[in-house]
Amino acid sequence: MTLLLDLALIAWLLALAMHIAMAPKDQNAIVAFIAFGLLLGLGWIRLSSIDVALTEVAVGGGLTGVLLLRAEAHLRARPATGRVTSVAHRTMAALGCAAVACGLALVVLLFPAPAPTLAPTVAANLDATGLGNPVTAVLLAHRALDTLLEKVVLLLALIGVWSLAPDRLWGGAADLRPAFVPEPLAYLARMLPPFGVLIAVYMFWVGADAPGGTFQAGTVLAAMWLLVMLAGLRPAPDTRRLGLRLVLVGGPALFLAIGFLGFAIADGFLAYPEGAAKPLIVGIEAALTVSIGAILGLLVAGPARKAPTP
Amino acid sequence: MTALLNPATLFGLCGAALVGIGLFVVITHPGLLRRIVGFNILGAGIFLVFGAVARHGAGAGFASDPVPQALVITGIVVAFSATALAVALTQRLLDLTVCKTVQAPPQDQPRRSEP
Repeated sequence: MTLLLDLALIAWLLALAMHIAMAPKDQNAIVAFIAFGLLLGLGWIRLSSIDVALTEVAVGGGLTGVLLLRAEAHLRARPATGRVTSVAHRTMAALGCAAVACGLALVVLLFPAPAPTLAPTVAANLDATGLGNPVTAVLLAHRALDTLLEKVVLLLALIGVWSLAPDRLWGGAADLRPAFVPEPLAYLARMLPPFGVLIAVYMFWVGADAPGGTFQAGTVLAAMWLLVMLAGLRPAPDTRRLGLRLVLVGGPALFLAIGFLGFAIADGFLAYPEGAAKPLIVGIEAALTVSIGAILGLLVAGPARKAPTP
Repeated sequence: MTALLNPATLFGLCGAALVGIGLFVVITHPGLLRRIVGFNILGAGIFLVFGAVARHGAGAGFASDPVPQALVITGIVVAFSATALAVALTQRLLDLTVCKTVQAPPQDQPRRSEP
């Protein structure tokens, strides 16, 4: 029975991907991409990766969809002087892509059995971290360096986005308020954020022992903040404000500080002392959740479009 | 044959197909925004292959190997930040050059100065 579900999901995913490739209008393709992201989340649940499913639906489907929809609306007025590539060109590209896909399919079919896996290693070391969710343990204890560097990558991407504003607008605010705010949107932006914040705090807290965690919670916080800004209830902040920059940097800075503290109180960089691992990890997660929410929200908001208020 | 019908293999094959489709969109589509969507489909396909590896490596009481899952979560967030930067670059490029498809500008068109 679940085989039928798997086959149906895969058929839908491939059909949506083909539609995205061939749809004439960008807006249709992006809406199909949002649906693709949501169905992909279901696919991840079939792969027993619930944390990944939450992240894919929130970040891959939701936030990316909002980002692309806003960009498409901004670019809709441009002329599309489409120079479509020639048929021979497309056929060669199609053959090349088919070869890549077949190569990957061969890799999937020829997986070694017994499969190489790190699950027993993670299971053996899970108790030392005090956490119950193995994915959170891997993200914040065993492979904490990856997560720290990923935060730095997020900050670099944000600086890259900010740097695309014209020079005279540096430090200003993005422009998120639409020309006309429908009444239901304003109502939703008043009613939903308190529940959204509650859900985000819950997802962060329960991520220690059950599927959830910082990225998913941070994304929900970013979504609530974006909703408030998109409905015009609050203006987007000036990007040069010190408070905003402290919030952005606070999570990674705390992570780095606790990492260096590991030299003093444990074995080395990013090592946690026995018994105090869980409080440190939860503290890092709390700061990271707020920072991730701010970074993701500002990534969607985009570069400055108004001069900074003096 | 029935051994092939477990979720890991099926979704791994789906991921391989998505990689092919995404790569085709990135290479051939004239519109820049659609290429960014194709890049995301390509990424989704790669992550699905990762997910198949994770599901295949189940053991020790976990239904799926947690290390590839953590890598995929990191990858999804980094892919989103790359998409955000690409979208901002596209908007800036098109603010400066007017057209929204990839096309070499005619040689006699003077470069617009920054507004």
